[in-house]
Amino acid sequence: MSDQSQTPGRMRYLIPLFLFLIMAGFLFKGLFMDPRHIPSVLINKPVPEFNLPTLFDPEKLVSTADMKGKVWLLNVWASWCAACRAEHQVLNTIADMGIVDIIGLDYKDEEADGKRWLQQLGNPYKEVLVDKSGRVGIDFGVYGVPESFLIDAEGVIRHKFTGPLNYPDIKGVLIPKLNEIRGVER
Amino acid sequence: MIPEIGHYALVLSMCLAIAQAIFPLIGTMNNTPSWAALARPLAWGQALFLTIALGVLTYAFLVDDFSVRYVASNSNTLLPTIYKISAVWGAHEGSLLLWAFFLGTWSAAIAIFSKGLAQEVVSRVLAVMGMINTGFLSFMLFTSNPFDRLFQIPAEGRDLNPLLQDIGLALHPPTLYLGYVGFSVAFGFAIAALIGGRLDASWARWSRPWTTAAWVWLTLGITIGSWWAYYELGWGGWWFWDPVENASLMPWIAGTALMHSLAVTEKRGAFRSWTLMLAILAFSLCLLGTFLVRSGVLTSVHAFAADPDRGAFILAFLIVVIGGSLALYAWRAPSIFSGGRFDLISRESFLLGNNLLLTVFTFLVLFGTLAPLVYDALEWGKISVGFPWFNKMFLMVTPFLAVLIGFGPLMRWKRTDPVWLFKKLRIAMIVSVIIGLIAFIPAISTGSLLVPLGMLLMAWIIASHITAVLDRLKHKKGVGSFFADLAGKGRSYYGMVLAHLGVAMFILGATMVSHHGIETDLRMSPGESTEISGYRFRFDGVSHAPGPNYTANQGQFTIFQGDEQVAVLKPQKRTYFAQGRPMTEAAIDWGFTRDLYVSLGEDLGDGDWSMRLYYKPFVRWVWLGGLAMSLGGILCISDRRYRRKKPKKEQLAQTDTANTLVTEKS
Repeated sequence: MSDQSQTPGRMRYLIPLFLFLIMAGFLFKGLFMDPRHIPSVLINKPVPEFNLPTLFDPEKLVSTADMKGKVWLLNVWASWCAACRAEHQVLNTIADMGIVDIIGLDYKDEEADGKRWLQQLGNPYKEVLVDKSGRVGIDFGVYGVPESFLIDAEGVIRHKFTGPLNYPDIKGVLIPKLNEIRGVER
Repeated sequence: MIPEIGHYALVLSMCLAIAQAIFPLIGTMNNTPSWAALARPLAWGQALFLTIALGVLTYAFLVDDFSVRYVASNSNTLLPTIYKISAVWGAHEGSLLLWAFFLGTWSAAIAIFSKGLAQEVVSRVLAVMGMINTGFLSFMLFTSNPFDRLFQIPAEGRDLNPLLQDIGLALHPPTLYLGYVGFSVAFGFAIAALIGGRLDASWARWSRPWTTAAWVWLTLGITIGSWWAYYELGWGGWWFWDPVENASLMPWIAGTALMHSLAVTEKRGAFRSWTLMLAILAFSLCLLGTFLVRSGVLTSVHAFAADPDRGAFILAFLIVVIGGSLALYAWRAPSIFSGGRFDLISRESFLLGNNLLLTVFTFLVLFGTLAPLVYDALEWGKISVGFPWFNKMFLMVTPFLAVLIGFGPLMRWKRTDPVWLFKKLRIAMIVSVIIGLIAFIPAISTGSLLVPLGMLLMAWIIASHITAVLDRLKHKKGVGSFFADLAGKGRSYYGMVLAHLGVAMFILGATMVSHHGIETDLRMSPGESTEISGYRFRFDGVSHAPGPNYTANQGQFTIFQGDEQVAVLKPQKRTYFAQGRPMTEAAIDWGFTRDLYVSLGEDLGDGDWSMRLYYKPFVRWVWLGGLAMSLGGILCISDRRYRRKKPKKEQLAQTDTANTLVTEKS
C-alpha cells in the first residue's frame, strides 16, 4: 500500500475518538446543568399565583390574593420526607412563639398520610394547602422538600430556606428578616 | 480505630495500583523482566488490601459503628443482618469500594489463571487494570471516602433506603459490577494487544472466556435488576428504559457483539480491528454508565446522590481512559492486518450482520439516553425520550437479530451453500410460519401484528436450533450421543444453543406480557370480589403486621379459579421507622404461564382500599430467558478447550498461523 491510499484509511480510525470527544463535550456541559432545573431565583419577586384546596377542608380554596396584606412563611413539606420530621419541631416552636403565620404546602403527598402526620406531630400551620400534582411546587422552584419561603405583605418573596429549618435559623435569620420586613412596613 | 485500618488499606491498595500501572508497563518496554514480573505480586497485594478494606467496612456495619458517616447514613440498629451486609454497597461510596474490590479480584484472577500466557502480555494487561483501579481508588479517596468519620456520633443510623432492603437488590449491584469490571479484562487485553501490536488467534482465545464471564455476570445482574423492579417497585413493569437501566444495557449489547466478534477473530483471524473497537466500546460504556448514574446529569428513578464535583472527576477519568484508548486505537489499529476472506453466505458475514445490528442498537440506546442532555445543552428545550421511542427502536432492530440467530448455528465458516442451507432449514421455516399464522387467531393476537411476529420468531429460533443440533449429532453417532457430546468437546456449542434458546424464551415472555397483560386500579371493600382473566380476586381486608424495622398494613386476597382456591396473597404497605416513608410490597403468585400480582394502594377509610391487580401472562420467561443466556455462557466458559493444555502439534500449528498473520508492518 502506498502512503497516499493509506491516509484516508488512517483517518477512518480517528472517527471513534472524534465522536467520543464530541460526546465528552456534551457531558461536560451537562455537569453544569441541572436536569431538574426550573427557574427558582424568586427572591424579591412576587409569589407565583396559586389556588389550592386545603387539607382539612377540600372545599375551601386558598389563593395568592387571600394572603395579601400578611407576612407569612410558606413551608413545603410532605409526609414521605424524612428531613421534614426533624424540621417539624422547629415549626411547632415558631408557631408557639407566634412570630409569623406558617402556611404549609403538602407537596406530592397523599391527603390521608398528611393528616395522620399532623395528628401525630402536631399542627403548626395556620392553613395547609394540598399540592398533589406538584405543579405549584414547580412554580415555586422547589428542588427538594423541605423548603420554606418568607413572604411579605406585598406578596413578595423575601427569603428562601432550602432544606430543613433549625433552631439557630429562628434567631439568626427568621427574626432579623421579619424585623426588616416589618420595619420597612412601619 | 478499626475504620482507620480500612482507610489505610485503601491508601495502600492505591499505592500498589499506581505501581502496578507503571512498573510492569515500563518493564515490557525497555526489556526489564524483573520490572515486568512485578505485575503479578502487585495484583495480589492490591486484591489483599482491597479485601481488608471491604472486610472492615462490612465489620463497621455489623457492629453498628455510627461514627463512620457512611454507616450512619445507610444503616440502623434494627436493620436485619443480611441487609446490614448488603448496605455495604447500598450507596455511592460503598458501591465504589465494591467496584474497586472486584477490579482487584479480577486482576488477581488474571495473575493466577494466566500461566500459559506470555509474561509480556500479562504485565501489560495488569498494568492497564492498575491504571483503571488507580482512577477508581483516587476517586474514592479524594471525593467519596467510605471511611470518613463523624465527630458527633449519632445514637442511631438513618437506615438503608427501604427500596434496597430486599434480596433482589442485595444481589443486583454485585452481579452487575462483576460484569462491568469483567469487561475491563477484555479491555486490558485489547489495550495490551494495541501496545504490543500482536493480535493472533491465541489473543482472541485468551480473551474469550474472560469476556464471556463478564457477559454472564452482566446478564445475571440485568436479569435480577429487572426482576427486582418488577416485584419491588409495585408498578408491575419489568423494564422502564430508565437512564440507569440503559447504562447497564448498553455495555451488555456491546459485550454481546464483542463475544460474537471474538469468535470470528479466534477461528478465522478476521474482524480484528473491529473486535478491538468493540472491546474498547464495551468497557467505555461501563464507565459511561458509572458517570451517568453518579454525576446527576440525567434524571432517573434510581440515581445516586448527584454531585458535580464527583461528576467532574469521573468525566476527567473517562476522557483519559476512553479518549486515551481511542487515540491508541487510531494510532495502532490501521496497521493491523485483518485476515480471512469469506463469501456473502457464510458464518463470518452473518456474524458481521449480527455485529452491525447490535452496534446500531447500542447507539440507538445511547442516543435516546443522552438526547435530553444534548437538547438541553444546545438550548433546544427540554425533552424526555421515553418508553414508546425505545420500544419502537427495539422493535426495529431485534426482529432482524432473531432471524439471523436462527441461521447462525448451521452456517459454515468461509462459505455456506445457500441451497444446502435452505434444504436444512426448510422444516424449521415451515413450522415457524405455521406457528406465526396460528398466532393470528384473534384471541391470541389481540389485533396486533406483533404477537404473530413474536411467536414466529420464537418458533424460528427454537426450530432452527433443534435442526442444527440434530444435524450435528447425525455427524457424530446419532441422537444418543448427545450426552457424550455435551460432556466432551461440544460444551461451548451447547452453551451457544442454550443462550440462543434464552433469546427465544425472552421473546415469548416479552411478547405475551406486553400484549396480554391486564392491569386494573380498583377501590375494594372487605369481602368484595373482582374477576380478571378467569381469576376471581376476593379482598379479605387489611390488618396490622409488625416487622423488624417497620410496621405494615397487610392486605389479604384469596384468589379462585372457578371454585378452586389458587392462592392467598398478602401485599403490604410498610412504614419504616427511621425514614417514615411508606413502601409498597407487592404480593405475587407466580407460575410458568402467568403471574397474579397484587399491590396495595391507599386507605380510603371504612376498611376500603385502593389497589392494583395485575394478570401477567408468561412474564417469568423474560427472566428465565436471561437465566438461560447466563447458563449458556457458563457452559461455554467450562469448555475444556480453554483449559486443556494444548498438544504440542496443535501448539506448533498455532504459532504458524500466528506468524502468517503477522500484525506489524515495518
